[in-house]
Amino acid sequence: MLATSRTFEANARTGLANPILQQALSLMQSGFPQRRRLAVERLPEFEALREIAESIKDHTLEHLDFYLELFEENVIASGGQVHWARTPDETRAVVLQVCRSVGAKIVTKGKSMIAEEVGLNDYLEQNGITPVETDLGEYIIQLRHEPPSHLIAPAIHLMKEQVADTFRAEHRSLDPARSLAEARQLCDEARAVLRPQFLAADVGITGANFLVAETGSSIIVTNEGNGDLTQTLPRVHIVMTSLEKLVPTLEDAATLLRLLARSATGQEFSAYTTISTGPRRAGDLDGPEQYHVVLLDNGRSALLGGEFQDMLRCIRCSACMNHCPVYAAVGGHAYGWVYSGPMGAVLTPSLIGISKAGHLPNASTFCGRCESVCPVKIPLPKMMRHWREREFTEKLNPPVYRAGLFLWAWVAKRPALYHALVELASRVLGWIGRGRGRFRTLPLANGWTAVRDMPTPEGRSFHSLWAERRKDGAGR
Amino acid sequence: MLEQAGCTVEVPRTQTCCGQPAYNSGDRADTKAIAKQVLDAFEGYDHVVVPSGSCAGMIRVHYPELFADDPAVLPRAERFGARVWELVSFLVDICGMHAVTTRWDHRVTYHDACSGLRELGVKDQPRLLLASVGGLTLKEMSGAEICCGFGGTFCVKYPDISDKMVSDKAAEIVGTGAEAVLAGDLGCLLNIAGKLQRHGRPVEARHVAEVLAGTTEDASPIGVPR
Repeated sequence: MLATSRTFEANARTGLANPILQQALSLMQSGFPQRRRLAVERLPEFEALREIAESIKDHTLEHLDFYLELFEENVIASGGQVHWARTPDETRAVVLQVCRSVGAKIVTKGKSMIAEEVGLNDYLEQNGITPVETDLGEYIIQLRHEPPSHLIAPAIHLMKEQVADTFRAEHRSLDPARSLAEARQLCDEARAVLRPQFLAADVGITGANFLVAETGSSIIVTNEGNGDLTQTLPRVHIVMTSLEKLVPTLEDAATLLRLLARSATGQEFSAYTTISTGPRRAGDLDGPEQYHVVLLDNGRSALLGGEFQDMLRCIRCSACMNHCPVYAAVGGHAYGWVYSGPMGAVLTPSLIGISKAGHLPNASTFCGRCESVCPVKIPLPKMMRHWREREFTEKLNPPVYRAGLFLWAWVAKRPALYHALVELASRVLGWIGRGRGRFRTLPLANGWTAVRDMPTPEGRSFHSLWAERRKDGAGR
Repeated sequence: MLEQAGCTVEVPRTQTCCGQPAYNSGDRADTKAIAKQVLDAFEGYDHVVVPSGSCAGMIRVHYPELFADDPAVLPRAERFGARVWELVSFLVDICGMHAVTTRWDHRVTYHDACSGLRELGVKDQPRLLLASVGGLTLKEMSGAEICCGFGGTFCVKYPDISDKMVSDKAAEIVGTGAEAVLAGDLGCLLNIAGKLQRHGRPVEARHVAEVLAGTTEDASPIGVPR
C-alpha cells in the first residue's frame, strides 16, 4: 500500500472537516472505551493478566528463533507448509504461486492486516484473481476502494447511510427500491451477496491473531463467523501473518485471548475463536486440503534487541486507538498507511521508515492514555519519543524548529540570562496586554493564536515576586 | 500552603526549566545538561515541590529513564526523583493535609492533567482538598481524564488537531455549568483558558492551589485583566 503519512497534516485537516467521520468518531469515543471499562471492572485479575501477557510476549521475543522453528516443525508435522517472506514482494509472490497452483479464480478473505500491509488485493486483481473480503467492514471498504481506518473496525469512518449508498451502487442486480435504512438490512444483504462467494472460492486467506509454536496452529477471532467459512470451505487455506504473532503454548494463547476481546470491544470473548491446525485429516468432516502459513518479516526482526522491540508485543486489539484523543480527532486515514493511532505511530516508521512517517510519532500529546490501556503494556509514548530522538539525531525536523529548540536550550542552560529574559518578557507582554488580559495575535506564535487566545503574563515573574516577598519579610 | 503545612520553602535562583521541551523533541543532550542543572540546584533539599504535574513527572519519572545508560548520574537521578512531588499530592500524601479552611462560593469543575494523573497518580488528592473548601461545589466532567490538546510543542506543531481537542474540552467544561475550571498543570490551564476566552465563555480558569490557598482575590483568573 502506498503511504501518504508524509502529508499527515493535510490528511488530518481533511478528517477534521469531514462531518460524517466526526460523527462516527464521536460514537466510537463513547462506545469502545466505556465497554472496555465495564469488561475490565468485571474481571478482578485483569491487571495481573496484563503482567502475565507482557511476560509471555517478552519471553517469546527473547527466544523468537527457537519458537519460530518449533512452529514450522509442528506445522509440517500436521501436514501444512510454512513460507518465510522477508518482504511484501516475497509475500505477494508466494500467495500468488499457491493460488495459481490450484487454478484459483476467486479468493475469499478473512480480515488480515498483513494482506493490507503488502497490498494483496490489488496484486491479485492484476493477476486475474478476484479477492472477496468477507469481514463486513473489510467488504465495505473493498467496495469503496478505501484502506482500513481502524484495526478491528476497518469501516468505522462511515455511518450506515454511506454503507447503504455503497451497496446500492455496487449491488446493481438487486431491487433498487429495497430498504437499506437499518443496520440489520445491510448485514442481511452483505450476507446474501457473500454466501455464494464462500462456496465458489478456491482459496481462503485469513490472518492470525496468534500462532502457537507447540502445536503449529493459527488462531483467529471474529464476531461474524466469516473467518470460519473462509478457512474451512475452500480447498486451500492460506494464513497471512507476521512473525510476532507467535506464542509458545495454547495455554499462553488462552491467556492473551482473555485480554484481547475485553481490550478491543469490551466483550468477554469474541463470538468465534477458531484454532486451525494443518489441513483436513482423514476422517475430518471438513477443512481445506492444503494449509499454508506465510510468515512476513518486513523489518520486524530488525526491531529485536533494540529500543522498539516492545512494539512486537502488540496483539492488535485497538485499545490504544480507541482511547487516543488524536485518533478520535482525525480518524485512521490521516495516518496514511495500514496502521493508525498510537500503535501505528510507533509501528509505521519501523516498517516504512521515519523519513516517510515522521509526523506520526510527533502528532501525540504524550497524554499516556494508550499505554494505560494496552493489554501488553507497550510503552507507546516512550517509543514515539525514541522516534523523535532518531529524527533529531538524523536532522529530519524542520530547520526552524531545530533553530528554535537550540536557542531555547542555550538560554535554559544559563539561569541568570533565563531569569532576566523571563522577567523582561513578563513585563513587556504584561504591559502591552494589560487592558485585555490576553492576546488574539502574537508574533511568532501563530500556531497558538490561530485557534485560541494567549493569556497575558501577570507582569512580574514568580522569581521576582518571591524575592520581593522575602525582602519584605513576609512568610516566615 | 507549604508554610502552613510546616515546610520551610526556598526557591533556588539556579533553576530554569525541567528540560521537557528538549526531551520530547528528541534532543537528549540538551535535556541531560538541563536535568543536571536541576539536580545541582535542588539536590540539597528534603523534597522538591512542583506546581505542574508534567514538570514533576518529567523529573520523577523521566530523569531516571534519561540517565538509564549513564551509571555516573543514574543513582543520583533515582534518589532525587523519588523526592519530587506535584504540589497537591505532596500536601495530601506527604504532609498529611486532609482539609483546608478557605472558602470560595463557586461551582467548579476539575481537569485531570495527563502527566499528573497517569505518571504520578494525582486524582483523589485535589478532590479531597476541594471538598473541604467552604461554598465550593465540584461538578465533574465525564471526560475529565481526556487530554486538553496542549502537549507542549504539539499545540503549535498541530494547531488544527489541538484546536479540536481543546474545543471538545471547553465544550465539556461549559456543559457542566461550572463558573471555574481548576487544574494542577500550567500548560493545560493556559490552553484551556485561551480557548474559553477565544469563544467568549465566561468560565474562569485557575490553578487549583489558588482556590485551596484562598488567594483568588490576589490575582485575576488566567487571561483576565486585573
